[in-house]
Amino acid sequence: MKYLSLVLENIGGTLLLMVRALKYAPTLPRQFPRFIEQCYLIGYTTLPIVTILSFFIGSVLALQSGYSMENFGAKQFIGTLVGLTMARELGPMMVAILVTGRVGSAITAELASMKVYQEVDALVTMNIPPERMLVLPRLAAILVMMPILAIIANLCGWYGGALVCQYTHFISVDSQAYFAALKRFMEPKDIVDGLLKAEVFGFVIVLVCCYTGLSTRGGPREIGAAVTKAVVASLILILVLDYFVTKALLFTT
Amino acid sequence: MNPAFTASPFVGQTFGVTVTKLNKQFGRTPVLRDISFEVKPGEIFAIMGPSGSGKSVLLRCIAALEVPTSGEVRIGEFDAADPATRDKVHLALVFQAGALFNSLSVYDNLALYPREHRLCPESGIRERVMHALSILSLEKAAQKFPSELSGGMKKRVAIARALVMEPQLLLYDEPTSELDPVMAATISEIIATLREQMAVTSIVVTHDRSLALTIADRVAIIMDGRILATGRPDEFKHTTDPAISNFLNPVIDLKNPRFKQLENHHE
Repeated sequence: MKYLSLVLENIGGTLLLMVRALKYAPTLPRQFPRFIEQCYLIGYTTLPIVTILSFFIGSVLALQSGYSMENFGAKQFIGTLVGLTMARELGPMMVAILVTGRVGSAITAELASMKVYQEVDALVTMNIPPERMLVLPRLAAILVMMPILAIIANLCGWYGGALVCQYTHFISVDSQAYFAALKRFMEPKDIVDGLLKAEVFGFVIVLVCCYTGLSTRGGPREIGAAVTKAVVASLILILVLDYFVTKALLFTT
Repeated sequence: MNPAFTASPFVGQTFGVTVTKLNKQFGRTPVLRDISFEVKPGEIFAIMGPSGSGKSVLLRCIAALEVPTSGEVRIGEFDAADPATRDKVHLALVFQAGALFNSLSVYDNLALYPREHRLCPESGIRERVMHALSILSLEKAAQKFPSELSGGMKKRVAIARALVMEPQLLLYDEPTSELDPVMAATISEIIATLREQMAVTSIVVTHDRSLALTIADRVAIIMDGRILATGRPDEFKHTTDPAISNFLNPVIDLKNPRFKQLENHHE
């Protein structure tokens, strides 16, 4: 019962934070330098790891599917499988997991330390709402950067798969055939759905991490605990939401 | 008096503070019990008490950083708990540890308030910030970061940051803690001078006897979450109340039984 009330309190607190932050949306043009700074932190610094991991995920996907599909003569559809899986599922999911670990943890640590060392209280006494200064620029930045990162993840995954198909002796599907299969069965909706997922995941990650950081009480030890809590909660939420968002998108024309 | 002080351009209306039957509990632990007092506009009011007596929580309730369990705090005619009060009353709080923004330089720490509230163009902000820094002899520290400052400088930067807000109510949380006696005296002078020049109402939470009894107009003694007495500083100099007397004039007694007990324990 105590655990349930804690979960409900956290959900309520996170939703309240979202409402309060969005209330200041008209002030976003004034927050432009902070927005750009957050775009850099969220997008640019995460880009190398997204590129490398997506490339190898696409490669492994092609390798595994090539190994299985070769048995029943369906090698020509590897491009379709890698293309759809990356665009609809693995691209946004991988980006969300990487952003949680790389950016979400940093957001929680920064805000929790500001809370513990009374910097957030100082903002409140200066009549500067923390939701406006600390949460809103991060929310806006993640909404801009997540689709960009997801598109880059898709492209890297597709090219990783293409390289593996071309140069692995038991697959031997050339790039032209691979990309032709990828295009044949893929619709713009598949890519848009993936990008929408990325947006939802990013929004949730920032909200959960900001809320956890801003609700931290205690000392330096609690900052570490807050980071762990935020990362675990974000990952669970991403996986649970993935199911519901996928289901909703599959039945939406 | 510190010669670095110049006439302050910060002028404005001041507000009194009325605390009525204030109670605060953390879980089941009562921290403040039935606190009531009044601070007149322009007054320096010191709240003294031993560590853990609830002084800082009381200050946080006045600044609306804590929600009281019951009771009311009014700043002038406004309810302190009403978020709209912050738009009407310029309230500044000097935190015990400074609470400076560690990722910003001293200059940017001071410029944050006028920039966020768009009070004036950047040239005006610069003038305002440099003036506040000059009042506290901190011009050379403008480009430094809080991590590069000493404890005394951090306190002075925190006061300078409060000054930029042109406060009508200035709250200080342990302004002289962790400072050497000379720096503590300087901070006391700064508090007195700011009141003199800006006519700002000041509430100082402290356990520094000399600070409270030297610069305050009135002093409240708080112990175990209750106000024991309120009065002018001279009324406390010859108090007969044993609890207050023991707090204000502690005697170091090496033959104290508790000390003996500790000694025996180590043997």
